[in-house]
Amino acid sequence: MLAKVNELFNKELKVINMGLEYFYNDLKEQKVKVIHVDWKPAAGGDKKLSSLLSRLK
Amino acid sequence: MEVVKYSILKNTYYDSVTLMNISKEIKSFKGIKEALVGMGTDLNKELAVNLNLSRPELQEITPNDFFVSVLADEDTAIEDVMKQVDEILNRKNASRSGDYMPKTLDTAIRYEPDSNLVLISLPGKYAAQEAKKALNNNLHVMIFSDNVRIEEEKELKDLAVSKGLLMMGPDCGTAIINNVPLAFANVVRKGHIGIVGASGTGIQEVTVLIDKLGEGVSQVIGTGGRDLDGEIGGLMMLQGLKALMDDPETRVIVLISKPPHPSVAEKILKSAEGAGKPIVVDFIGGGMGMAERYKAFAAHSLEDAARKAAALLHNEKVEDFTGFSLPIEEINKIVEGEAGKFVQDQKYLRAFYTGGTLAGEAMDILGKDFEIHSNIPLSPELKLENPMVSYKNTCIDFGDDAFTLGKPHPMIDPAARIERLLQDAKDDELALILMDFVLGYGSHRDPAGEMLPAIMEAKKSMEERGKYLSIVGYVCGTDKDPQGLRETENKLKEAGVVLMPSNAQAAKLAGLILKRQSKGSGFVG
Repeated sequence: MLAKVNELFNKELKVINMGLEYFYNDLKEQKVKVIHVDWKPAAGGDKKLSSLLSRLK
Repeated sequence: MEVVKYSILKNTYYDSVTLMNISKEIKSFKGIKEALVGMGTDLNKELAVNLNLSRPELQEITPNDFFVSVLADEDTAIEDVMKQVDEILNRKNASRSGDYMPKTLDTAIRYEPDSNLVLISLPGKYAAQEAKKALNNNLHVMIFSDNVRIEEEKELKDLAVSKGLLMMGPDCGTAIINNVPLAFANVVRKGHIGIVGASGTGIQEVTVLIDKLGEGVSQVIGTGGRDLDGEIGGLMMLQGLKALMDDPETRVIVLISKPPHPSVAEKILKSAEGAGKPIVVDFIGGGMGMAERYKAFAAHSLEDAARKAAALLHNEKVEDFTGFSLPIEEINKIVEGEAGKFVQDQKYLRAFYTGGTLAGEAMDILGKDFEIHSNIPLSPELKLENPMVSYKNTCIDFGDDAFTLGKPHPMIDPAARIERLLQDAKDDELALILMDFVLGYGSHRDPAGEMLPAIMEAKKSMEERGKYLSIVGYVCGTDKDPQGLRETENKLKEAGVVLMPSNAQAAKLAGLILKRQSKGSGFVG
């Protein structure tokens, strides 16, 4: 059985970009399939609240 | 009189490159002397204090708040500055041209369920938790961010290994997966050399030189700089190595890292010994003996690694390459031409690098003949007291924390290196500048063009004092990179920069010119 890494080598790369939009634009320019997450710290950056929220999901 | 004016936007997040562009534009406005634009992190609050741009209200904000603070003429209204900021941001939004941008990773996965890799460049404290989510969704991950705790890195890599996934990084600057350059990477021909590397610019150099040799890469996996430390134990290099061993497209494997923890090096070399494919190892600045014990081909430099990999691919004899591509007579002519123009008191070299591994390699080569002081020295006694001030022969890695805290990497923003070049050109004992220009995606779209006015000014300023400034450079790029290799090289050559075909050769030439000046002999026999 091929490991997941080797499966990836045989597929079209499809990227989710989180953070610098700059990298998203670079990938778009190369016509790579990419989606950018318009990320903001969850719960306004409050770590405790954010970890509670992620447990709720 | 100038006064500090500021504005705070609560709960508004912008990434660091966007912030850099805003800062740059604002600073160029009439009436503005100094500006700081950023998120309310502790670091930015401290920067505001250091720049005399802070006010008590600014010290109260959170990392989730966006602020603009300027030192401006009394009659400049902060409202007008904010209007301009708005305009810049609107321009940016317009260029997104209606792309759907989900707010969370979960939504992105639901919207594009066949996504297979998540590229994360969020602030370090958030990167690990998003990476964990991605791995739990069976997605491969590349974390570009640094400032992720090593315990978190270990946890993420253990999880990735248990699931058979890639966890490249944290602090992974370069990867090429399925021929797609990710983050800082060059456009390289597709081929049969697979690479696993723990060093971003080290990987860039090897891939670029492979391309120049007419060969190409199958897959290029980055591990992040700490992967081969004792704590992580080479988890991702082993995972990457295994994937390349099983990959039919990969016929030769190259492993690149700064000297690893000895037990980790041994583990990796042992695993590579059974690869059934030739292995080239560059543990930059060391580990050659151990590599050879495990029947790997040890490289003397990044260039030597690329050349050995290409030779192995062609079933050619594997020979060490430690010299020059040009005939010796040509090299001697360049050395004589450059050194012949110095006046007697000119004796020192300043190597100004944007690529950390390239800086390390240059010191490794130059360190055999000269003491090179640095912010990332080869031995502790050569550490610069103040990285902002050069001392005798100096090599600076502008990507080091001392220069990048709160600012983008010098491969994106060349400002710090420009400033330093102009500062050092005032030094009467300066003889030679050695510098890299890294092309590819991620990098500045015209690194040579940005540097050119400073290069010309530095040369002119020394000329006016009856001196000659020799500049030796290396462009790490391919003819397929968005900046254009030829255009970049031509610009530099026209400005009188001597260009060499690899970083190792550039460093070696710089050493010969300097030797010729200081000891009267720099000829290759």
